[in-house]
Amino acid sequence: MELRIQIVSIAAAAGLFLVVFELVRRRRLLERYALLWLFSALALLGLAVWSGLLERIASTIGIIYPPNALFLIAFGFVLLLLLHFSIAVSRLTDQTKVLAQRLAMLEERQARTAAPAEEEEPVLTGRPQR
Amino acid sequence: MERTNPNLAVVPAYNESATVGRVVRELRAVAPDFDVLVIDDGSTDATSDKARVAGARVMRLPFNLGIGGAVQAGFVFALENGYERMIQVDGDGQHLSTEIAVLQGVMRSDPTVDMVCGSRFVTDSGYLAPISRRTGIHIFAFLLSRIVGQRVTDPTSGFRLYNRRAIALFARDYPHDYPEVEAVLMVHHHQLRMREVSVKMLERGGGISSIRSGKSAYYMVKVLLAIFVGLVRRRPVVEPGDASPVAATHGI
Repeated sequence: MELRIQIVSIAAAAGLFLVVFELVRRRRLLERYALLWLFSALALLGLAVWSGLLERIASTIGIIYPPNALFLIAFGFVLLLLLHFSIAVSRLTDQTKVLAQRLAMLEERQARTAAPAEEEEPVLTGRPQR
Repeated sequence: MERTNPNLAVVPAYNESATVGRVVRELRAVAPDFDVLVIDDGSTDATSDKARVAGARVMRLPFNLGIGGAVQAGFVFALENGYERMIQVDGDGQHLSTEIAVLQGVMRSDPTVDMVCGSRFVTDSGYLAPISRRTGIHIFAFLLSRIVGQRVTDPTSGFRLYNRRAIALFARDYPHDYPEVEAVLMVHHHQLRMREVSVKMLERGGGISSIRSGKSAYYMVKVLLAIFVGLVRRRPVVEPGDASPVAATHGI
């Protein structure tokens, strides 16, 4: 691998690692979401430094220009991260739904116990008022 | 336990202030053995007030969850307050309260039935939806009939009566959006029994359907995906004691 592209790769991977690490340190990013990021950055950094391994991987899967293998691997990590976040969003959607339902139930109960005065009364008895 | 009747009528309503009052009043007059619960799905109009004035209990969701989340709130309410039966009636006045007796009659004559669906197509009831929508409904009906091995004519109908077993199932798990078709599948997977019965329905009395024309393509694809994914799901709903579902996992 040519020296210039190797330096750029190492700098980019190391920069990514430091940014994610700093975000975790400032509590702007939860560890559970940072782990996959840090792992990706470390893997890319390792391959950028140890160019012999990258060249072996490249020739094994038929990539002539080794830095392209690095891009391919980085792309794989990006897909993995996106999927990870889609799963997280699905879970949050589900949890938000349950919270909204529970909140609405509590509010309905509270409204009935707090003000069972005039117009709430027939609702409590549930009989049709005619 | 605050129920006054053994049955609950759940009316999901999203910006239905024009019709919800009338729906609630009709329900209370025609079906006095039902408590009426309106679920205001984050409306921006006076839906809640109109429903309350008409004499319904009102559960107001803090933001719009979509029909699935709104109706599920009704299932949870019915389960926790010990209702024996729950009927779902749209807030737009499309479903006739007078037809509730028909659904109840089916459940009374056959106590093994867990869910009774009001269908517009069992016999020709004179209901005329736009041709595109009818085509979609018939495609779902065809697929579902093959899968559940029972003739299903109107799987998108939201006019349904549920007993305690169906309430318990759907309180635990109910599809997010466009839930009716998937609900039929869930009933089948859990070996509950459903029956259809012919009812009359009106054209919509006001407001906008949850399925607008621009969204119908998305609706078709989403529900088809749900049907086919549902086919290969080993356990459609997490039973007590199983590993946590998506909704409760930690880690990700």
